[in-house]
Amino acid sequence: MISTLAAFMTKEVRHILRDRQTLTILLLMPLVQVVLFGYALRSDVRDVRLVIVDPSPDYASLALRDRFEAANRFRIVGVAPTMKAVEPLFKQGRADLAVSIDPEFAPRLESREPAHILIAVDASDPNTGSTMQAYARAVIMSYEQEIEAQKKQPLQITPQVRMRFNPTLESVNLFIPGLIALVLTLVSALMTAISLSREKERGTLEILLVSPLRPWQIIVGKVLPYLGLAFANVLTALLAAWLIFHVAFRGSVTLLLVESIIYSMVSLGLGVLVASLTNTQRVAMLVALLVTMLPSTLLSGMVFPLASMPRILQLLSNIVPAHWFIVIARGIMLKGVGLEHLWRETLVLIGMTLVFMAAAVKSFKARVA
Amino acid sequence: MTAPQSAPAQLAIVAHDLTRRFGNFTAVDHITFDVKAGEVFGFLGANGAGKTTAIKMLTGLLAPTEGDAKVAGLDLKTETEQIRRRIGYMSQRFSLYEDLTVLENIALYGGIYGLTNKQISERSSAMLDTLGLRNELVSQLPLGWKQKLAFSVALLHEPAIVFLDEPTGGVDPITRRQFWEMIYAAATRGTTCFVTTHYMDEAEYCDRISIMVDGRIAALGSPVELKQQWGAPSIDDLFVRLARPS
Amino acid sequence: MRILRVLLRKEYLQIFRDKLLLRQMILAPFIQLIVLSSAATFEVKTARLYLVDRDQSTMSRGLADKLTASRRFKVVGAAASMTPANEALLARRAEMILNIPPDFERDLVRTRSASVQMIFNAEDGALAGVTSSYAQQIIAQYAQDLRASQSPSISASPAIQLRTRGWYNQDLDYKHYMVPGILVQLLTLVGTMMTAMNIVREREIGTLDQLNVTPVPRSAFIAAKLVPFLSIALVEFIIGLIIARWLFGVPMIGSLTLLFFCTIIYLVVALGLGLWVSTIVHTQQQAMFVSFFLLLIYLLMSGLFTPVRSMPQWAQWMAELNPVKHFIVIIRSILLKGATFTDILRPLGILVLSGTIVLTLAVRQYSKRAA
Repeated sequence: MISTLAAFMTKEVRHILRDRQTLTILLLMPLVQVVLFGYALRSDVRDVRLVIVDPSPDYASLALRDRFEAANRFRIVGVAPTMKAVEPLFKQGRADLAVSIDPEFAPRLESREPAHILIAVDASDPNTGSTMQAYARAVIMSYEQEIEAQKKQPLQITPQVRMRFNPTLESVNLFIPGLIALVLTLVSALMTAISLSREKERGTLEILLVSPLRPWQIIVGKVLPYLGLAFANVLTALLAAWLIFHVAFRGSVTLLLVESIIYSMVSLGLGVLVASLTNTQRVAMLVALLVTMLPSTLLSGMVFPLASMPRILQLLSNIVPAHWFIVIARGIMLKGVGLEHLWRETLVLIGMTLVFMAAAVKSFKARVA
Repeated sequence: MTAPQSAPAQLAIVAHDLTRRFGNFTAVDHITFDVKAGEVFGFLGANGAGKTTAIKMLTGLLAPTEGDAKVAGLDLKTETEQIRRRIGYMSQRFSLYEDLTVLENIALYGGIYGLTNKQISERSSAMLDTLGLRNELVSQLPLGWKQKLAFSVALLHEPAIVFLDEPTGGVDPITRRQFWEMIYAAATRGTTCFVTTHYMDEAEYCDRISIMVDGRIAALGSPVELKQQWGAPSIDDLFVRLARPS
Repeated sequence: MRILRVLLRKEYLQIFRDKLLLRQMILAPFIQLIVLSSAATFEVKTARLYLVDRDQSTMSRGLADKLTASRRFKVVGAAASMTPANEALLARRAEMILNIPPDFERDLVRTRSASVQMIFNAEDGALAGVTSSYAQQIIAQYAQDLRASQSPSISASPAIQLRTRGWYNQDLDYKHYMVPGILVQLLTLVGTMMTAMNIVREREIGTLDQLNVTPVPRSAFIAAKLVPFLSIALVEFIIGLIIARWLFGVPMIGSLTLLFFCTIIYLVVALGLGLWVSTIVHTQQQAMFVSFFLLLIYLLMSGLFTPVRSMPQWAQWMAELNPVKHFIVIIRSILLKGATFTDILRPLGILVLSGTIVLTLAVRQYSKRAA
């Protein structure tokens, strides 16, 4: 029994190695994607194009303008006397933020009356919009603190801010684990889906089913050879993350590798399940793609924080394998936690693998029966 | 555009040193032959001898690496579009649309070749009658009927020459016989029939044949002539002799 | 042209007879549009705060209360030392820790200056930054409150009254931003891939040769391949817009006619890309991999998920060549900002140029005779 399985797997491995073209794609594609997207996908907001609306400049408003000039996140693209100038700039996408200063700025500050400032931000991208707002607010607030300090009887509470797990605040640290998950999922699921559905289409699956091989052995025999490829992908992706993007690796690398393998098994199993439920290669590929790509990007917490989503979707994300892996990967890489914190998530992944493969076996049995 | 002209020349096809290479592999090696108008020409050879490659070149699907040819009196390289109007083609793999009905397939190709609606409906009903088909999805037809339909569609626009690549592959002997009856009927009407096959017994049905071995033409002439020439009792025998590695 | 009509009839018949294909092209995108649009949001909800108040004084409690009162923070745990707090942060039970030192009140009274420590889970650096900025604002306000309570001459209001206004998106509703983009993504996925796979499928099963042997002109063949998918994609787009309006309340300020016109141009580019892919691959499997690979790059680098302006310079140049990016700019400008033809002239021009290039390339590349 073991030798039958071994013979089957050897044939699978030969198949894989022989198709050089596809092999190259499968090894290179994930690497290229991780590197490309790692570099390109940032949500850090830099270079905010600022318009200052200063109807009657005085020493205080000029001082505030200087603060913005000095702040390296901002780039002043224009100074206007009224807000009217701002509208066309926003519409054409040539400015991001406008700070409109009280016409009586200095006088009001001196007489201790509230001086008004309006921050108008192009919020069509609400995410960057609120971040840019926060930056502008920070500049204004620090200016305000300076003014306060000059008054008599200052009373200060100074917050010391520590940013844990991501001291550089780079978004790449946030994205990379999710990116690795995405890339792994896609390649793995597609690989097995195509391989199995091709056998189905050609009719060679029939031959396997009447052979001494049991259905579960066929499934395992389809999944394991690709594990090698998947592991190669994991290594290259993690190496890229470490060498090129200098992502932290606080925790145990071994644990991360093991978890990555488990996650690959989940994806491979998913591919097999998809292929067992569909009839042609074309359909198998499309379904595998639909089922992996968008959920893995949008519902896994990779890009959009899960805490912000409606309850239903938060529940839904629990069946997205990528979600669990991202928690694990971020935990190990950024926080340096170990299995004692991640055992639950690991069990979920192992469970998913078993469920997918069991379901595939079941559908095979139905065929033969 | 649709009425078959007896070709201005007497020769329907003239091939001269036609060659096709794929990298280092020469699939068709300087073949030279001609086909007279109105004859049934058998293009024989074993599987992999280069028959399909040759036919693809003659129908304008594949560019020759070397050599030239005239099809229906027109130059293969420079007048390909005009050639396409005058020929019909039935490929080795079934290539009508299985998700369309019989009539829909006919209407499609009729429209492409510029038949009027009247012509299309006339020829459609004639075809259904002759073949004994109902108008159903082509995927529902058994293999033999599919092949016959493909052949009839190739003749739909009454081309001067029809190219048939292994038309009788995989069908039962009765259907095979019916096929050759259809080929004769077409030839009688004046259509030149260029037929490739690996069934050597079908050679006897042809006016003239050629035998391809490893990309070259090893024999060319009428079956009777060739059997006499080589002292072979049958074309089958002749082929075995030719194909044996020297 | 009669040939075109005949070919179109065949294409439409085939598409509508393929039940599975229809389901994928029509149902799946809409389900995804609805589900995923609901997911796409960066809204900062209440941050869970773990309190380590080692002072336990009136002032320290006042500070914590002020934070909670703002509704942006919720105390989910309290302890006397940092150990359980760190644990909570690690175990994702809290997003931030407020650590108030033991001499907080005493320092404020005696030296009029004290410090507190805020520790954030900064995996999502931007989110942490925004949360931190709110917290700091509240702390500053609390300091002002304390000042005012001590000297009546000092008002409790800050020196600078700050008002913020988000333009084009008053409620900072992320759906308005994401839904058009997701719609574009789905259409592109469906359109490009379907076109590529359709042509490659004909090549694989052999019907392409049968067509190549006929006098069908190249242009008619290509038009017959593009038009059906174009029309279906347009219909899906319209339905998608309706969903966007009714279900998600996406505003439609600008001219829908203009948007429609731009969509047609964009779809020509997207489908033309599928056509080009079909000329360079041989099997459906390769068509799938290649078009998917290309599409992933186009989609992720289009500014849909992460802003183009945050990308490194070389990636921004790449984005200039990315038709998806330009169309997303167009659709957002028209729907959310009410942009007019002159406002979107540049991205539209680039789309027209891309479309021309793609189509020309594809037509040239597609040959009835294999070389």
